[in-house]
Amino acid sequence: MMADTHSRSRFAFVALCLAALAVYPLAAGSYGLDLVTKIMVYAIFALSLELLVGATGLVCFGHAAFFGIGAYAAVLLAPGYEPVSLGWLLPASVGAAALYALFMGALSLRTQGVYFIMVTLAFAQMAYYVVHDTPLGGGTDGIYLDAKPVLAAGGNTLIDLDQPLAIYFFTLACLAAVFIFLAVLLRSRFGRALAGIKANEQRMRATGFSTYPYKLAAFVISGAIAGLAGFLFGVKDGYVNPELLSWHLSGAVLIMIILGGLGHLRGALIGAFAFALLQEFFKSEAIFGDFAKHWHLGLGLAIIASVALLPNGLVGLPALWRQRLLGKPVTGRGAPSAGDTP
Amino acid sequence: MDLATFLIQCLNSLQYGLLLFLVASGLTLIFGIMGVINLAHGSFYMIGAYMAYALAPVVGSTFGGGFFATLFVGLVLAVIFGYLLEWVFFSFLYEREHLQQVLMTYGLILVFEELRSLLVGDDVHGVQPPDFLAGTIPLGEMMTYPVYRLFISGVCLALALGMWFVFARTRLGMMIRAGSTNREMVQSLGIDIKFLYRVVFAAGVAVAVLAGMVAAPVSSVYPGMGNQVLIICFVVVVIGGIGSIRGALLAALLIGVVDTFGKVIFPQAAGVLVYVLMALILLWKPSGLFKAG
Repeated sequence: MMADTHSRSRFAFVALCLAALAVYPLAAGSYGLDLVTKIMVYAIFALSLELLVGATGLVCFGHAAFFGIGAYAAVLLAPGYEPVSLGWLLPASVGAAALYALFMGALSLRTQGVYFIMVTLAFAQMAYYVVHDTPLGGGTDGIYLDAKPVLAAGGNTLIDLDQPLAIYFFTLACLAAVFIFLAVLLRSRFGRALAGIKANEQRMRATGFSTYPYKLAAFVISGAIAGLAGFLFGVKDGYVNPELLSWHLSGAVLIMIILGGLGHLRGALIGAFAFALLQEFFKSEAIFGDFAKHWHLGLGLAIIASVALLPNGLVGLPALWRQRLLGKPVTGRGAPSAGDTP
Repeated sequence: MDLATFLIQCLNSLQYGLLLFLVASGLTLIFGIMGVINLAHGSFYMIGAYMAYALAPVVGSTFGGGFFATLFVGLVLAVIFGYLLEWVFFSFLYEREHLQQVLMTYGLILVFEELRSLLVGDDVHGVQPPDFLAGTIPLGEMMTYPVYRLFISGVCLALALGMWFVFARTRLGMMIRAGSTNREMVQSLGIDIKFLYRVVFAAGVAVAVLAGMVAAPVSSVYPGMGNQVLIICFVVVVIGGIGSIRGALLAALLIGVVDTFGKVIFPQAAGVLVYVLMALILLWKPSGLFKAG
């Protein structure tokens, strides 16, 4: 019964987080609203990578490619000054990212381990140089989205993503939907197969699973969700540039999920918030004054401290505290199964 | 492209490739032998370049100067630095997952970059090559080639040979190779593996720092130079096969040629060529050109 209360308290934690995000706009100014929208977009992005890294054991170092393609598609497919319908722009952008993920996954899944990390980097860099060096997407200057998409039905505008509040709640809804989708997915037969691939791919193959289609499917789903995050980012800012596809962003999102704790969906959520809020904290001139421009130093030291003190990421923190206070041993250390989510 | 231009580009590719090899060899050693993915390796290169800029006046005033004195002082500092770094930050990481190491070394990059910014500032600096290497030699009728670039190639080649000698022909090299194959076994034979790792790490750092110091007069010194070289070095390591020095040398030369000639022949697509090369090689040989062993 222990496991039941655990999974219930985890569910309560995530539900509480989403509820807090839902009432947050009541207290927030425009800066805070924009910041949290951005963090939620990163959280979706981090969740997509968690599906590959945490659940399947495939470390992708080119995830920014899908994010960037989603963002670029949102801008390139909506030229002109007339608002485009969200109803087809969103699926089209996500589809574009998924298509590149299919291409990249089909080829790079032939390799393994560190080689896989580097091949995914290579394919992401190719996409980066395409938008960086060709006039297709405005080159290094990037391009602007002139009219943000709307969802209209019967002459009434239901969602107008030009409004900060609308994009906030739309992003929140996407975050909740992605989280629930992934939680259900990981509990399905498909998710169990991914957990098996992570634990021992040889054995999965020996028991008759053809692992390649499973890995490819996970890769495409992950790419599509990253594309969704990119779409939201492009629409939120109304501007895209090649940096959205750079390896720095691929690295940052990887850092987010490791910081949060691998093998848990809520780790991605916590990691995205922790990473972005730590950044904000060390950048804050109110606290650090002139030293705030050296915010990398504080962030770097915080990350090093987290590696030294939290072997299982931030997710492992409650278990660590329980152990300290009650003297109980930490259970379920190491790589947890997919059933451990959310 | 006439013959003299072609020759110059060949020399440039060789110099660039050898320099990449120098940085990447430390990375592949630390990676292959200790199993640590060290993202901070590019920072060592950056630190070396900034040392060449900042140490020269200091060494000049205390020891009466000299290019080689600066190199020597830098190298000694680098070995001490690498030794301490392994002791404080890396020694507890070996049993952890790879991704924890990635996180740690990412934190180190941020710290090093910011310390650099605090100590030296964010400006771009040029570094003068020493007077006796500042000249050029004529190539063909119109072209000349700077002596300093030849000097870089020479230093890199000498170091490559030295490394090969240590690994293949000495007792230390034997212990290191054994340690990379089976850590526990080597330890139970009475060899202090922790000390061995520390030495390898310090050597890897020293080589990267030296590469940065030697390269500074050609590349100039600027913020972010470490990250740029890091990614390309990972490409070298992976194309060559992780842990293989021979593979790293071949891959570095290959990338030197592709990148240098790419910039001349297809200036539009120069950046992407290296990655296309990597993707093609890894799709053909999924674990690099030379498997470590």
